[in-house]
Amino acid sequence: MLQITDVKKNFGPVEVLRGVSFGLDAGECVALVGDNGAGKSTLMKIITGVYTASSGEVTLADRSITGTAPGEIRELGIEMIYQSLELASQQDVTANIFLGREPTRKIMGFQTGVIDFKSARAQAEEMIEQLGARLPSVDIQVGNLSGGQQQSVAIARALTFSPKVVIMDEPTAALAVREIQHVLDLIKELKSRGIAVILISHRLTDVFEVADRIVALRQGVVIADERTEDTTMQDVVAHIVGAH
Amino acid sequence: MTTANSASAGASTKKTVVIRNKGALRIESLIVLALLVVVMSFASPFFFTLPNIFNVILATSTIGILALGATFVIGSAGIDLSVGSLLAFAGVVGAFSVAALGLPWWVAIFAALAAGTFAGWINGLVITYGHVPAFVVTLGMMGVARGVALLITDGQAIYGLPEPLIWLGQGRPFGIPVPAIVFLVMAVVLHLLLSYTRFGRHTLIIGDNERGARAMGVPVRSLRIKIYMLSGLMAGLAGLLTTARVNAGDPTAGMTFELSAITAAIIGGTNLFGGRATILGTVIGALIMGVLQNGLNLLAIPSFWQEISIGVVLVAAVWLDQFAKRQKE
Repeated sequence: MLQITDVKKNFGPVEVLRGVSFGLDAGECVALVGDNGAGKSTLMKIITGVYTASSGEVTLADRSITGTAPGEIRELGIEMIYQSLELASQQDVTANIFLGREPTRKIMGFQTGVIDFKSARAQAEEMIEQLGARLPSVDIQVGNLSGGQQQSVAIARALTFSPKVVIMDEPTAALAVREIQHVLDLIKELKSRGIAVILISHRLTDVFEVADRIVALRQGVVIADERTEDTTMQDVVAHIVGAH
Repeated sequence: MTTANSASAGASTKKTVVIRNKGALRIESLIVLALLVVVMSFASPFFFTLPNIFNVILATSTIGILALGATFVIGSAGIDLSVGSLLAFAGVVGAFSVAALGLPWWVAIFAALAAGTFAGWINGLVITYGHVPAFVVTLGMMGVARGVALLITDGQAIYGLPEPLIWLGQGRPFGIPVPAIVFLVMAVVLHLLLSYTRFGRHTLIIGDNERGARAMGVPVRSLRIKIYMLSGLMAGLAGLLTTARVNAGDPTAGMTFELSAITAAIIGGTNLFGGRATILGTVIGALIMGVLQNGLNLLAIPSFWQEISIGVVLVAAVWLDQFAKRQKE
């Protein structure tokens, strides 16, 4: 589904990624682990098009997406849920779910930039209900929601346009225990629907519960790429900190 | 936490379709305007008469048109300090094209609007691609545009405009001044643009969370450039109307108008840090300033008090906003 081949990235003289390769299949969850500064965020930003790789290639279903703009990459079916969520706090839930993809109305046969508020709101409501998220209303400003509720909005935004790949950056870091289980169940559900998931997480218990494979990144290279059942938490920790 | 209430959702759908962005409009500003109108009406028998109401809107129109542009700019977490100078620059370019170059009168309209839009485009380009803060870029443009206006005219106002142009500034179809009509029409157009289109929605979103907007595929750069072009266009329009009203391209026109425009937008509830703005609020903000000026004039109160009262209203508006926010938290 998604294949990353020998991706390198340097910012001036600093080499952040020094040739990273791995892939994932439809319905597979790969956990990406590594210490701070290992290059996880940079790699994700390259996949989502926010950065362009210095060299190497990213392909989605055998089609190269290297150097494609973030909006187009979302169109192609790669969604990312950022740790910072990246919501517009003064906009309502519907506006955030459709951020960047507002449905528009035809007026007298012409495609316009006029937002179709009715259909956006109805779809947003449906999505929130499907997710079983507990929100008072889709008309509420996102800044007035709790952390867990905001997380739900970010997840709804990623899932509304039937993605092929979903990247989650520390989705459970800021959540209460009950909400964490909810996110993990959601990842399993996505897998069963054939969606590929990249999970970035420091919480190894979460990783071992949902991931099929674990890719460890250290100093810009893949130090290990193992099936979850073939490894242990001690091994993964050793990979992350480099204690070999 | 309550559960998702899809059952009651149908009932509220209708309401949200009618007034977009309703949460963003500050009701306080409307109350202040209403109070001012009532007080002035009692204080002066001339205030609440149709001709005077048109006068208020006429007096408000220049700052009001600039403030419409400022609403988009500030809503996107930007600032445009150049609009006062752009007003003079565009007005001079318009006057120059007909009075000095002898081109047909309608050329002045396009020349003035194009001059403002072009300067706004330069602002936008330097801000987005040059990574220079908007405050600095537009402060620079404030000097450059004023200087160019003075250069073109050699420091003298350009007189001698053709009749149709003067009508744009002085005409009164059905007793309503043309600049007042232009202001109100532009307010309606830009209200629709801000509250009903993707352009308007994205303007507020990049003001709210630019990084998030970029990650979600909003073309932040081209959007920002368009926003400054819109602000420049509004300055060009204000310049055209000013030139037409005084029948002269004056290179010293519009000094400090940028600050009045920003004041009107802020009194109207635009969040100075971006993400929240309404055109209706800005129109109310501009009218509050216009009513204060007009009313105090009618009451023969020294004009120094106008400046004082507008300053107090500005600070009070933001204070109220912060107060309400803290109450909510």
